Amino acid sequence: MADPKIRSTERTPVVPPPFMLGRPGGGPGGGGPGAHFMRPVEHARNPAGTLARLWGYLRRQRLALIFTVFAVAATTGLQLAGPYLLGVAIDRYILPGDLAGLVRLCGLMLGVYLLISLLTWLQTYIMAAAAQRTVAAIRNDLFEHEQTLALRFFDQHAHGDLMSRLTNDVENISMVLAQSVTQLVSAVLSLAGTAAVMLALNWRLALVTMLTVPLMMLFLTRWVGGRTRAGFRQQQKALGKLNGIIEETITGQRVVKAYGREQAVLAEFDVANRELRRAGTQAQIFSGFIGPLMNLVNNLGLAIIAGAGGWMALAGLATVGTIAAFINYARQFGRPLNEIASLYNTIQSAIAGAERVFETLDEPAEVSDAADARPLVQVRGEVTFEDVCFEYEPGVPVLKHVSLHAEPGQVVALVGPTGAGKTTIVNLLTRFYDIQSGRICIDGQDIRQIKIADLRRQLGIVLQDTFLFSGTVMENIRYGRLDATDEEVIAAARLANADPFIRRLPHGYQTELSERAGNLSQGQRQLLAIARAILADPGILVLDEATSSVDTRTEKHIQEAMLRLMKGRTSFVIAHRLSTIRNADQILVINHGEIIERGTHETLLAQRGFYYHLYQSQFRADGRGITAAAEPTRAEPRRELPVGLAG
Amino acid sequence: MLATRKLARFLRPYRQWAVLAPLLMMLEVVMDLMQPRMVQRIVDQGLARGDMPLVLHTALLMVGFAAIGAIGGTGCAIFSVLAAQGFGADLRSALFAKVQSLSFGNLDRLETGRLITRLTNDVTQVQELVMMLLRIMVRAPLLMVGSLIMAIFTSPTLALLFVVLIPLVLAVVIWLINKSHPLFSEVQRRLDALNTVMQENLAGVRVVKAFVREAHEIGRFRKANEQLMQQNITAAQVLALNMPLVMLILNAGVVAALWLGGVQVKAGSLHVGQIIAFTNYLTQTLFSIMMVSMLTMRLSRSEASAERIQEVFDSQPEVVNRPGALTEFAPRGRVAFENVTFSYDGADAEPVLKNVSFVAEPGQTVALLGSTGAGKSSLVHLIPRFYDVKEGRVTVDGIDVRDIDETALRRQISIALQESVLFSGTIRDNIRYGRPDASDEEVIAAAKLAQAHDFIMSFPDGYDSIVGQRGVNLSGGQKQRIAIARALLMNPSVLILDDSTSSVDVETEARLQEALAHARRGRTNLIVAQRISTVLSADQILVLDDGQIVAQGSHARLMETSPIYREIYESQMER
Repeated sequence: MADPKIRSTERTPVVPPPFMLGRPGGGPGGGGPGAHFMRPVEHARNPAGTLARLWGYLRRQRLALIFTVFAVAATTGLQLAGPYLLGVAIDRYILPGDLAGLVRLCGLMLGVYLLISLLTWLQTYIMAAAAQRTVAAIRNDLFEHEQTLALRFFDQHAHGDLMSRLTNDVENISMVLAQSVTQLVSAVLSLAGTAAVMLALNWRLALVTMLTVPLMMLFLTRWVGGRTRAGFRQQQKALGKLNGIIEETITGQRVVKAYGREQAVLAEFDVANRELRRAGTQAQIFSGFIGPLMNLVNNLGLAIIAGAGGWMALAGLATVGTIAAFINYARQFGRPLNEIASLYNTIQSAIAGAERVFETLDEPAEVSDAADARPLVQVRGEVTFEDVCFEYEPGVPVLKHVSLHAEPGQVVALVGPTGAGKTTIVNLLTRFYDIQSGRICIDGQDIRQIKIADLRRQLGIVLQDTFLFSGTVMENIRYGRLDATDEEVIAAARLANADPFIRRLPHGYQTELSERAGNLSQGQRQLLAIARAILADPGILVLDEATSSVDTRTEKHIQEAMLRLMKGRTSFVIAHRLSTIRNADQILVINHGEIIERGTHETLLAQRGFYYHLYQSQFRADGRGITAAAEPTRAEPRRELPVGLAG
Repeated sequence: MLATRKLARFLRPYRQWAVLAPLLMMLEVVMDLMQPRMVQRIVDQGLARGDMPLVLHTALLMVGFAAIGAIGGTGCAIFSVLAAQGFGADLRSALFAKVQSLSFGNLDRLETGRLITRLTNDVTQVQELVMMLLRIMVRAPLLMVGSLIMAIFTSPTLALLFVVLIPLVLAVVIWLINKSHPLFSEVQRRLDALNTVMQENLAGVRVVKAFVREAHEIGRFRKANEQLMQQNITAAQVLALNMPLVMLILNAGVVAALWLGGVQVKAGSLHVGQIIAFTNYLTQTLFSIMMVSMLTMRLSRSEASAERIQEVFDSQPEVVNRPGALTEFAPRGRVAFENVTFSYDGADAEPVLKNVSFVAEPGQTVALLGSTGAGKSSLVHLIPRFYDVKEGRVTVDGIDVRDIDETALRRQISIALQESVLFSGTIRDNIRYGRPDASDEEVIAAAKLAQAHDFIMSFPDGYDSIVGQRGVNLSGGQKQRIAIARALLMNPSVLILDDSTSSVDVETEARLQEALAHARRGRTNLIVAQRISTVLSADQILVLDDGQIVAQGSHARLMETSPIYREIYESQMER
């Protein structure tokens, strides 16, 4: 909602009625249906239920709502009085020449108009606040609820989709609340009111007007509307296709150039562009007809009232004032009909948006604290997996009967090919996911019996792809422990070997990191993550070593820092570095979701099993025997490794 | 409005429509302006004199005017759409073609995300503007001036009211625009801030959960949300004044006209019908003024879009074919750098490569090693001429790459880029991206070389498996191998792997290298790597540091002569 003022300026009001009165929220183009009217509409599945839930939020603003309803009703009534008073002014005062009476009536009209403006302003003013507060409340609830959801939810939903729910969908609800609802109330009231007043003023002229103007209007909008809707659907499709091509090409522009495919890409683009032009032309021409056709209906209505009214006036069945009043009422009569039709679609799509919002809110927090969950304060660091089985998707087991035992302070290296299940072990220990069978214990206590927050507070996690938030370096390290002082943060950075490079940054610890921290190298980001973990001072560590090595110096710093961090803590390391593995107290070799070998570096090498071959291929030089250094176990002819290792 | 005017050239092919549309709109406006006049005639002449034929005759005239007006209106709708759609399609096409002609340096500066916005949103913005210009931008001012003239014509004395009313409406509208503009900019800023919180929360969800920072995140969000809400309320409440104020001025004008008119009617110098017509024109005039000022605001927004588009048109491709550049080129694959210095931005920027010289003989495998930012990628990008050198020259078979036609050069020098981008379509389509006419056998051979055949065949649809946009259903290592197959299918004289095996496991990588070494004798391979195991078997290893070659030679030689190389080796191999 960048600027509501310029939302619906398809064209000017279809010849503003002679004495047009204030119309709440109608905007300058309030007359003709905007192009949005004809856009394909999504339909809500359960409008009643959704509305009831929305009411739960709206109820908090009920004072504002009650006021608005009364204000809208009052405004609509006053607006009906305008043309009536005009007719009276002409018939009773101007034509007879009663100037004193005219002054009184003008004073009365001025009062009416002043009241209309005042009420309109108050109601817009109050409704704006009420709508925004409601939006903010829904947003807060939605975001808070998302924080309780399990990782599984975030894995399954595209981030763009979740973002759009929090922004567009919620915003859409606000638009409808602030404008459409009041418009709807006003439209219905003025429709009924206008009909009543016209009938009371002159039922003959009223019947002529009511039979012709609205009928023509309905016919035209129907006729044009159907064609336009189909056109817009096609246009939307063509636009989606073209945007897809643009996005893909520009994203891969360097590849396009590297392979000299510019001409081919242009040809593909041109086809889609032509199609968009064709569909767009069709849709826009038909929607462009709406304005002139509405104008036509209005003008015809004017002609009918003037002609028929004039005829009646001569026959003594109507007065000049009545004709003047009718000219206004006729327009007030046609307009709400249109508004109701267009509002129906707007409200439908807002409800559909609200449904998506509530759908997220209804998502159960997958992993939640057990009723009897106990706190966990200080851990010794004993970790056991007892016969743990797990699958992300039903029927696709990722871990099969895994058992392991780590004594306090031990370093456990997890080794194995990509996709073997190493990361899953980490995901389970942190309770990002819950296991299907078996038991995971810390200090002998089932982790499902521990408060999740306490559990995670005792676990320090350094992931391979370090995520940094926008903010200063200081804030990013402090993420590990929010109440840490500046001195503590700096001390942690020192231990993590991050202090020297931080000091070289333009503003030291106060350097702002841009989104995704493009201004730091991968190695530097890892050092920050280590500092974060040091600051958090967890009892148990989970480390995921980076696969591709960073430059030599940073690499050394990282290794040193990691060793410092692991000291005295039970550590699980998804290991890629030989030094880590060799120094580990236990190596668990994982393949296809099972621990197939376990032991220390030496015992495993001596076994000459899976680990031995893994070691040969990954940590010894390449396959053609250019090994420079002496190594006790000389490379024997390599055997092909199991397929699971490839990529 | 400068940028918008510059884009007007795209309207030229449609000028007949662009002229016709406003003319037809003018017809509609004139017809509309006749209507109140006709009502006045019925009241003042028909009713006053009891002239029934005149009443009916005038009513019929009104119907006629309405019909002519409708023809004008619908005609304007048709022609303005034809002009705007033609304009939009041509503009989009020209912009897209321009982007295709740009070189890597331009692309770096323009940024992918922003380029996409320009091609989609910005073009649509400008296209909508053209349509508005041809419709409302003509209608509103015409209606404004026309109503004013008709009002003066109807009653010159009542028209004096305009002296007060027009400045009043203008003052209110301008005041509100000035006041609300900064408020809405602030809304946008706060919305961006809220978006950042949400985006980071989603992207960093594991970190948030690992550190149990949900409450902290909620606090951050609440704060940003609260700030956005406050600003939204303030902005909306200022704007809430708009309609009531303008309507009040307008209605006060109507009442004033009624009273002044009543006085004159009594004096016999005015007819009732004139009052009715005048108030009609009055309303139209004031509304049109408001409309024109709103449209001006809209214009300034489109101008921003037009500027962004024009910026792309103004970019000059940095790499262009020289006249007489070699179009036939079949080299043996000897790549030589002769004292090459290179920097990405202007001449005074810190060079990324400094005085680099080396020769890769045909058939050699040359590996480039060095820390991030040492200049490895920059170096290999100079060979297919993605960028031009600042000093020195890069030659292939002794010919300066700047003397070779871009397409001809790149057909011989194939590169698998660091980030492997795949396009939507099948795996087969992706592999034969550079040579759409390649046979299935060639595709399979390339895939086998790239160690991709096995995993491709493990998919149910094999080579016909669909790759999602940007290849979402493949792992990083798999995407990289398809990208390598794509490069291999070109059967280039020079193959460059720009760190394109970083996600491939060491075992597969070793097999890949072995395959490459035997694949085509005489092909020159340049391999950028961070893993030392990748480079061990190369004929020549170049160690780059800070844009310079600090060591050069085979593994055995470098182990003896280069301390830096030994340090890298030891840190990675743990000897």
